[in-house]
Amino acid sequence: MTPLLNLRPGDEATVAAIHADAGLRQRLAALGFCIGRRVELIREGAFSGPLHVRLGTTDVILRRTQAAQIVVKR
Amino acid sequence: MKRVALIGMPNTGKSTFFNRVTGASARVGNWPGITVDLMTAKILLGGDMVEIVDLPGIYDVHGFSDDERVVRQLLETAPIDLVAIVLNAVQVDRQLALAIQVARLGLPSVLLLNMADEAKQFGIRIDTAKMAALLGMPVTLLSAKYGQGQPEAMATMARGLAKAVPASTDAIKSKLAEADRIENDAASVIIAAVDIPERLPAHVSDRIDAVLLHPWLGIPLFFLLMFLVFQGVFRLGEPMQQGLNGLFEWFKGAALVPLFAGLPALVSGFLLDGVYGGLVTVAAFVPLIVLFFLFMAVVEDSGYLSRAAFLTDALMSRLGLDGRGFVMMLLGFGCNVPALMGTRIMRSRALRLLTMLVIPVSLCSARLQVFMFLAAAIFTAQQAPWVIFSLYLASFGAAILTALVFRRSYKSDEPFVIELPPYRLPTARQIGLRAWQEVRHFLHRATRFIVIGVTLVWLLTHLPSTVPPGSAGTLAGMLGHAFEPLLSPLGIDQQLTLALIFGFIAKEVMIGAFAVIFGLEGQALATQLHANFDWVQGYSFMLFTLIYTPCLSTIATLRAESNSNAFAAISLVWGLALAWAVSLAFYQAMRHFGY
Repeated sequence: MTPLLNLRPGDEATVAAIHADAGLRQRLAALGFCIGRRVELIREGAFSGPLHVRLGTTDVILRRTQAAQIVVKR
Repeated sequence: MKRVALIGMPNTGKSTFFNRVTGASARVGNWPGITVDLMTAKILLGGDMVEIVDLPGIYDVHGFSDDERVVRQLLETAPIDLVAIVLNAVQVDRQLALAIQVARLGLPSVLLLNMADEAKQFGIRIDTAKMAALLGMPVTLLSAKYGQGQPEAMATMARGLAKAVPASTDAIKSKLAEADRIENDAASVIIAAVDIPERLPAHVSDRIDAVLLHPWLGIPLFFLLMFLVFQGVFRLGEPMQQGLNGLFEWFKGAALVPLFAGLPALVSGFLLDGVYGGLVTVAAFVPLIVLFFLFMAVVEDSGYLSRAAFLTDALMSRLGLDGRGFVMMLLGFGCNVPALMGTRIMRSRALRLLTMLVIPVSLCSARLQVFMFLAAAIFTAQQAPWVIFSLYLASFGAAILTALVFRRSYKSDEPFVIELPPYRLPTARQIGLRAWQEVRHFLHRATRFIVIGVTLVWLLTHLPSTVPPGSAGTLAGMLGHAFEPLLSPLGIDQQLTLALIFGFIAKEVMIGAFAVIFGLEGQALATQLHANFDWVQGYSFMLFTLIYTPCLSTIATLRAESNSNAFAAISLVWGLALAWAVSLAFYQAMRHFGY
């Protein structure tokens, strides 16, 4: 169990928990972040920029602060 | 008249469908209590005229973002006869929940699965009949970009509308209040009706991203692309602007001057230089706006804009802005007006307002003309390029300072979690329609304001008619005199103040204003300026000109885009105050050090 933030580019994991307020949780869910979904880290932005992740057919970018709130299981 | 609303997630091609169905007939509609612009149009559907409205893209009917609140507010207040839900067929597995949410509200709805062409490429097969039976609403496949399936979609909407039993807004309100087990329902329909291959075929987008989002190449490529857009807009725009200006001048000389010849000089001057001059000012922006949005539509519709946000977000998040704001700021260095209009892509109002406060300090091409002229007049040929360069740095500095000051007041609570759509080729029709809509929007919103402003400044500089225009005896001259105690600590005298009053209309007018004020032109004017002002005064004046106010058109756009007089006033006052403080600090410090 580790925050999504700690994955390396190319790593795949399963979403285990989302520690976010209702607003962010709903937005994440709408983009496909549900418990049990496979998520792949595609790349990291330079200078602590956002993360680029893939869930099924959807590519999403999110800031690291938000990625820290998502727990995944390798 | 019956009303049809289009609902869908962002990047599903909902607006493409809307534009295709409505053509160029769409208008910005006014809705009580809603501050954002919603496009509406009247179209013929199944033999009846209906009103169709394009709602903002949302992820969730129960969501908390600005757009989600707008949609919710609209559903709770305006009676809707039919909701056409537009989803991306490729991502139907996660988007279907939205359709079920809408259906649960009791709103009569039909489901349009867009981007059927892409879904086919991915090998995704959708059994629409089975899905329709399970959802209890008609389902049809569509490719809005190429128009395939459009007649079927229209027919489905017409049938849906004929059978629709409108729900009361009160009922919708109460149902919106209860959240339900939507995710589960969506999942079971997907399992039953959609077949998605285990591994998706490697997509072209991945290969393009490997280059454009490369850790080292990404940012240089971004700047290169921005530079090309910039060059494209302004290299092409300038001759078009000149041509248009020539046309207006010709019309003035050939038709208007003889027409008004019988009128008193003051009246014909008022009509020709005031009112007509205002119209010419408006027209000069049209080529720039058309070109800007042609290029922006390509950048946005291709999917690159979200990539640009990815690349620049590291810097911008520290300023309370986001990556998309950076693109607009850069383009503001060409012209502030279309850059301000371009902020419409930002969905959070606070974020958009903060970006709109930052853009007006961008050193636009009109200000550059003034600085080139003054730098050449006051500095040596060796110094002048460095002076211009330092003004660009000052512009960046003022932008960063503005963002830092207002970051807390316009704090966006919207999380930065956005979808990265696959690269798509925009169609010419899509792009053309976009440019045309933006120009119409600008003309509609800004013309009156600009014409009134230009006319007002003309009156200030030409009344009373007994003194020479632009001289100290005019109303503007008196205004300059009144401002003297405020501006003389900045090294800005009465004549320069007069030029600033002219510059309020547009920076292009300033050089002409100098000519009027000093009664000299060209090299003689430059020599006179060099004799009258030392470099500290000159630079202080340039700093003030950079920051104090962009131009009347920018203010008009700011007011129209924010839909708020108060916000336009804040921006104006902030610009004036910042300009005063920066020039004062510079002038007094230099004088203190003995320059």
